[in-house]
Amino acid sequence: MQQFVNVTLTGLISGSVYAAFALALVLIWRSTRIVNFAQGSMAAATSFIALALIQSGWSYWLALVVALVSGFVLGAVVERVVIRPVEGGPELNAVIVTLGLFIAFQALIAIVYGSSFESFPAPFGLRGFSIGDTTIALTPNSLYVLGAVVVTMVGLIALFRFTRVGLAMRASAFGQEVARLLGVRVGRMLTLGWALAAVVGSLSGLLIAGGGLVWPAYMDALIVFGFVAAVLGGLDSPVGAVVGGLSIGLALAYVSAYIDPALVNLAALVILMVVLLVRPGGLFASSTARRA
Amino acid sequence: MTGISVSFGGVTALSDVSLTVEPGQVHGLIGPNGAGKTTLFNVACGLVRPTQGRIVWRGEELRRLKPKQLTRLGISRTLQGVGLFRGLTVLENVMVGAHRHAKAGFFSALFAVPTADRDEARLRARALAALDELDATAYAGRYPDSLPYPVQKRVALARALVVEPELLLLDEPASGLSEDEMHDLGDLIRALSGRMSVLLVEHHMDLVMRVCDRITVLDSGEQIAAGTPAEVQADPAVTEAYLGDEVEVGAGADGREG
Repeated sequence: MQQFVNVTLTGLISGSVYAAFALALVLIWRSTRIVNFAQGSMAAATSFIALALIQSGWSYWLALVVALVSGFVLGAVVERVVIRPVEGGPELNAVIVTLGLFIAFQALIAIVYGSSFESFPAPFGLRGFSIGDTTIALTPNSLYVLGAVVVTMVGLIALFRFTRVGLAMRASAFGQEVARLLGVRVGRMLTLGWALAAVVGSLSGLLIAGGGLVWPAYMDALIVFGFVAAVLGGLDSPVGAVVGGLSIGLALAYVSAYIDPALVNLAALVILMVVLLVRPGGLFASSTARRA
Repeated sequence: MTGISVSFGGVTALSDVSLTVEPGQVHGLIGPNGAGKTTLFNVACGLVRPTQGRIVWRGEELRRLKPKQLTRLGISRTLQGVGLFRGLTVLENVMVGAHRHAKAGFFSALFAVPTADRDEARLRARALAALDELDATAYAGRYPDSLPYPVQKRVALARALVVEPELLLLDEPASGLSEDEMHDLGDLIRALSGRMSVLLVEHHMDLVMRVCDRITVLDSGEQIAAGTPAEVQADPAVTEAYLGDEVEVGAGADGREG
């Protein structure tokens, strides 16, 4: 029983990070119909910026803010410079471009920081809380992770539901031509969408790095899990991304604890395959016309 | 618009068409299928750039008109069909139309400072007023897909009206409507004239004849007649253009040439 509780907690915590990452993918998919395969290495790049600052004596929080801001800028620049020319073109072009970016950023990190393993500090303790004399798998840091994800989600919902800019972004996502005729600055909304997604992606990168090791490719696993979560949720639905992320987190935690930790990646791909075979629209798809 | 010509890769869609919408008047644009009505319409809103000719609006020539500038210039248009955002509620759809009236800057709106909040409330109130004018308030919280087609068309019209345009471009507003609904639409368009100018592309002759102050008739990209409804009806060239080319009743078969 105690093990089950601990595994469930671990699953929910990592699931919340997958959810945030999936949400970033969904944000971009909704506005530009592009899956940003470079999301992970872009996040890794901003994590390394934070790491460099922390190593030179900055506080974690200041480094976090700088990393998120650079994520925003990076997302905006990538959309404006690299993605804009392939928007609305054949899908394959965009796929190749984001895959290229993925490799380029990873290589860039390795050139600048080297490809060795570095430890990334956590802002809060990593020792589990105790109930009586048993220690559970919930740490102060994991509460921070959970809290950060929840705050981000609530913030995004508020932005999209209750602000004019959010409304314009949603309108641009649903019909670019019509939105343009109505005076919405669609291009700017797409740039903003990428920038916000890069912030959320960076945040999930920083959260998963806290208290662990980072190297140029440390986000690779998160890309796979986040992508599976996004597909599970229908790729189009922010709620779906969150539910998908938590489900993947739980499922992988159970596989790791009760079957074999080595099977985690395989399990993620099996889930992806099953979803695409059985319910290609995802669990929360708003349209059936999606092509996988 | 004077002397407008448009050609697509050697095919001439419009040649030397001139059309002036007088302030506060309803101007009809009719013609058989493929006559170039939609092309001219698209020129008027910047979707198609004319090969020749000038567009003058409020005494100024519009050289590089782009669709996103339209609402700022006081021009709004409805689309053939409906063109509502599927994932937004009716109210939100209309609020997007009112977008340009917001005062708060981009970043203050993003970070929801108080001025932006007041803005938000003003946008909402405006949108509700526009829906009210078209008797669509009851549908404010619904999604477009769940509404009957005529209601969707009314919402689309509300979205075009919410900016209080000086020129309203209506692209086949009556398609898919019943006789009664068409009659109401006619009354509405009449009521709008005076408040704004209207350029109306429409297949339904009785509607056009009833609501328009002036009419321009196109055939094969050329202007064959212009004048009051009575003058146009009496024009032998018009009768000939329509002879054997029965007036189309129904939705949007004309849209493919542009």
